[in-house]
Amino acid sequence: MKVGIVVFPGSNCDRDIFHVLTDVFDLEAEYFWHEKHLPSKIDAVILPGGFSYGDRLRAGVIAAHSPIISDVKSMAKKGVPVLGICNGFQILVESGLLPGVLLKNTTMNFMCKWINLIVQNNNTPFTNKLKLGQKISIPIANGEGRYFADNKTLKELQEKNQIVFTYEESLNGSSLNIAGVCNESGNVVGMMPHPERAVESEINPTDNKPSSLIFESLLKTAGIEK
Amino acid sequence: MSLSVQESKHITKKIGRDLSITERQIIAAEWSEHCSYKSSKKHLKILPTTGRNVINEKGYDSGVLDVGDGYVVTVHIESHNHPSAVEPYGGAATGVGGVIRDILSTGTRPIAIFDGLRFGDIENDTHARWLFKNAVSGIADYGNCLGIPTIGGEVEFDECYKNYALVDVAAIGFGKKDKLIKNHANVGDLVVLIGGPTGRDGIGGSQFASDSLESEDRSAIQIPDPFIEKLIIETILEARNEKCINAMKDLGGGGLSCAVSETADSLGIGIELDVDNIHTREAGLSPDEIMISESQERMLIITEKKKLPKLNEICNKFRVSCSLIGYVKNDKMMHVRKGENTFALLPADFVAHAPLLDRKKTIPKYLRHLKKENKNKKLLDYSKTILKLLSSPNIASKHWVFHQYDHEVGIRTVVKPGFDASVLRLDNGKFLSAKIDGNPKHCYLNPRQGAIGCFEEACRNIVCTGANPIGMVDHLQFGNPEDPEIFWTFMEALEGLSDFAKFLRVPCVGGKVSFYNETPSGPIKPTPLIGVLGIIDKPPLVPVPPSNGDYLLIVGKTKDELGGSEYFEYVHKFIGGNCPTVDFKTSKLNMITVLSLIKNNLIKCVHDCSKGGFVIALSELSINGNIGCSIDIEKIPSTKNLSHEKILFSESHSRYLLVVDGKNITRVKQHLSKQKILFGVLGKFSGDQISITHKSNNLVKSNVDVMRKRYFNGLEDLLKHG
Repeated sequence: MKVGIVVFPGSNCDRDIFHVLTDVFDLEAEYFWHEKHLPSKIDAVILPGGFSYGDRLRAGVIAAHSPIISDVKSMAKKGVPVLGICNGFQILVESGLLPGVLLKNTTMNFMCKWINLIVQNNNTPFTNKLKLGQKISIPIANGEGRYFADNKTLKELQEKNQIVFTYEESLNGSSLNIAGVCNESGNVVGMMPHPERAVESEINPTDNKPSSLIFESLLKTAGIEK
Repeated sequence: MSLSVQESKHITKKIGRDLSITERQIIAAEWSEHCSYKSSKKHLKILPTTGRNVINEKGYDSGVLDVGDGYVVTVHIESHNHPSAVEPYGGAATGVGGVIRDILSTGTRPIAIFDGLRFGDIENDTHARWLFKNAVSGIADYGNCLGIPTIGGEVEFDECYKNYALVDVAAIGFGKKDKLIKNHANVGDLVVLIGGPTGRDGIGGSQFASDSLESEDRSAIQIPDPFIEKLIIETILEARNEKCINAMKDLGGGGLSCAVSETADSLGIGIELDVDNIHTREAGLSPDEIMISESQERMLIITEKKKLPKLNEICNKFRVSCSLIGYVKNDKMMHVRKGENTFALLPADFVAHAPLLDRKKTIPKYLRHLKKENKNKKLLDYSKTILKLLSSPNIASKHWVFHQYDHEVGIRTVVKPGFDASVLRLDNGKFLSAKIDGNPKHCYLNPRQGAIGCFEEACRNIVCTGANPIGMVDHLQFGNPEDPEIFWTFMEALEGLSDFAKFLRVPCVGGKVSFYNETPSGPIKPTPLIGVLGIIDKPPLVPVPPSNGDYLLIVGKTKDELGGSEYFEYVHKFIGGNCPTVDFKTSKLNMITVLSLIKNNLIKCVHDCSKGGFVIALSELSINGNIGCSIDIEKIPSTKNLSHEKILFSESHSRYLLVVDGKNITRVKQHLSKQKILFGVLGKFSGDQISITHKSNNLVKSNVDVMRKRYFNGLEDLLKHG
């Protein structure tokens, strides 16, 4: 299985995700600069965290217009698993691949801390090894991580089972405490917390297993059981 | 312009003609105290700078340590005090940027940031609060955007920083030894300037920083752009991989004047450049403005002619501007042209080496007038005093600060901020432990012992993680060096640090001197800041909070040393008394012994005793484990007949609290006795109260839950509501 990691000017979690995919989960991974094309042989795409274009105008909005996004869109349409983490989530939202927007945290500050997530949808390529309601201890690190959508959209998200993760406790003012959502078909997932920072016990002060299941889900999706 | 009469005479005599305006500006920038170290350079030689792990190369702006298996760690420390006192957000942010480029200029990737922040009394002074909040935001916005974790630091408030700010930033880099940039240049090589455009910001910044802060010279303040810095990092590292860089220097204080003259001087070459080729932010900049602008996010690179296309290609990929501004000659001259016209033609070594000064020193009068301790001062309720200290800005939890910094990015952070020292994992399987420490209250009472104490505290902190100190960096911050009393405090601190570094065999691998830290209301207290790095071969001691039945031990002696303590200064508003001193032999023995206990997996957690004394260190352990502890005060090894308040609050050095599981207690006691270490088994963790007794009298009885609330809310409440 080969995973494409999209790199924008200002991405800064690209190397972390590369390490986790290759060294921890033994997958093949390749970086793709935002001006390049994604080859069709890619089995999954990850948009890593960071500050693409320095978060100018609004987090993710400029990167959403990068040339590579059209390839991401066509792959998403074909059902290829796409995961956006933190800034990657913001880019997916800004490019219209996922509903809603991400606003400045109600604390008005950047927040870097370990929090608990609750799994709400275990029917995506990145959550199929998790249990519904399962708790995941994981770090967040963002200034614009407050998920917002109007009531109509929120209702639709609930009806179509598009809410993937919620925060255990109210944290940053997110609507319905949403931490991650997916598209209607479930193959495109965006989440604010950083699973790549939580899968190794050496740097995880809590339990690293639930976060690992996010990547093991991807392996299962590809038919590689660990 | 800051050239003195003597300096001007010296220049005319040496050059043999009158200087052009551009030449005078260049020399004034480079000869400022900030760039030239003219007051301190003669004396800094006493610091030991060589050692088994130290790699020295020409023209490095940061220290390089060999950490084995073909890898190196780089480290540097700087401050950005004057700019931060005027414009805290930009001043602090550009402070981060400058140090990061120093790390980058060796060809290593920056992997961690530390910051030491000092401001006035934020409880009562809203200006100090404004400065503090904005400096934190500046560091957060800059470091977070770069994707370099800010993993540690310290925050302190003291009246002496009223209307002022100390913003110290240390950074660590990591890379392969064979990819270090070995600065060199050949005649005909090209000189390239990459990064942000040169503008009218930061004009004369180094001279602004070389005088006391009286006016708010806003044109001297630099403007931060972390996005460009991030692109520069990736550009440089890619250019390094493609071998496009012969030599490299960051543009910091003194701008191009400093970068060009110092590069030419250290490599023994001449550099001719044309200011018309430099990309600028605005039209109409004069050659001298271009030469002394301190616009940020710029790097000077010397590359071979045949490598230029590749370098351009990499810069284009990242949309980083790249100007070919000149070339390398063999005449050892610094030649600045604008088109056909020469604006400066000076010997590079002359520009790069300001005449060094012999500053006078005398013992400050204030030391003679320090108050003796008042034996009749009112005795306070210890339990209440502990709560007051736990919620005081200097002791309360700093999570409000470090939760704004991304301290996880890079996935190296093993021991996170909020403990004694932070620990990063390295690619060769080893671990790097690091900590910065300062203590102006101690240094004011006794600059020599205070400085040694900061050094020892930083060592203690990394020892708590199981690391052996391998290198230190010092940042020496004082007032006006022309004042003999201030210069005396500088010399005392420097000599103390040098003595202790030699004794411990820990080389000084980098540092900075910052003078003129004063405002019209006076100089700051002497504020040396010491950073220490340590290496651990096996996984570090990740602190496990104490649990029911664990034993509490103390290593080290508590002495009559309440001078400069939080207890005296915050609770009693008293400045004076005995400053803690370090006994070198005991210090080393205690370090070695604690390290061997950790190595043998005999302890769950070690915590150093520092600010607030023994009782605050114990409170922090209890709060962390959410468990009480009962101890008998008589079991704490201390000077004979020491009063209870001194045992509880004295900030004596070389002390460690150990948390030991019941099954290991016998072995730990045996080990400590064998080493002839002074220690005490104080009691056990249990219940929900800290109780300290003397005979059958209760001295302290305090609920851990209440303590926790005070400790965690103390600073945050102050900042959230104003």
